[in-house]
Amino acid sequence: MKARITVTLKTGVLDPQGKAIEHALEGLGFAGVDEVRQGKLIELDLTDTDKDAAMTRVTEMCEKLLANTVIENYSIELE
Amino acid sequence: MRSSVIVFPASNCDRDASVALEKITGSKPSMVWHAESTVPESDLIVLPGGFSFGDYLRSGAMAAQSPIMKDVIAKAKTGVPVLGICNGFQVLVESELLPGALMRNRDIKFLCKHVQLKVERNDTIFTSQYDQGEIITIPIAHHDGNYFASPETLKELEGDGRVAFRYVDDAGNASADANPNGSQNNIAGIYNKDMKVLGLMPHPERLISQELGGTDGVGLFESLMEALH
Repeated sequence: MKARITVTLKTGVLDPQGKAIEHALEGLGFAGVDEVRQGKLIELDLTDTDKDAAMTRVTEMCEKLLANTVIENYSIELE
Repeated sequence: MRSSVIVFPASNCDRDASVALEKITGSKPSMVWHAESTVPESDLIVLPGGFSFGDYLRSGAMAAQSPIMKDVIAKAKTGVPVLGICNGFQVLVESELLPGALMRNRDIKFLCKHVQLKVERNDTIFTSQYDQGEIITIPIAHHDGNYFASPETLKELEGDGRVAFRYVDDAGNASADANPNGSQNNIAGIYNKDMKVLGLMPHPERLISQELGGTDGVGLFESLMEALH
């Protein structure tokens, strides 16, 4: 089973890298971009066969290491 | 005074910390590898600057999971003083010994320069040898020093007097221009609740002799010596 974890900065947390990308896009002439937020994508290959058990384990991994919940949100997709 | 400096893979200020401690306290610290499970009996534990684990995932995130950190956290909770400098501060917030987070600098760039700091209070074990409100010059060298905390946490830190150092201008004001990295309230360093754990982004261990450009960092180590000898 694969787990795909998306880590993004929480709303209201300033994202300096997103801002820099936004300005670069503007500089390249791409109009109509209101805001850019940059995040991380983490993919795991799991040995789990049970989806619920995998979700519990991956959630624990996110809470303990993969995301810093002071500043980041995470979402988990299993497939 | 017995001190221990924790060494993580890619720590690079561990020896600077050791030199400063030996010069000012008169005794050589134990250098403790991150894979150890126990910190030797110490009056002070130092988490040094550097780029532990290549700053992978988030600065300090991997080091916070090192085997030695279990014991550092346990000892901090019994009141053993802990000093985290730069990457050490990042490890302290990732370990939740200190609140908040250290994010990418506001202007994205790595910053390496001298800054002015205001000593917010001089009644702690880390600052007794400075004057109240003294302005000191200390170098910074970081990419992720932009201090962030929730409004509630920030209010608590300010209300409890747990801001240790602030970035200030010549007049001692925590102005926007004096803020190198975008830190909330110009925060450069904070204490935990019992004022025994200090994390700061600037490097006092780098300014301990005139040959190195100044001695403003000496006061912090002298304060520790005074309190813990």
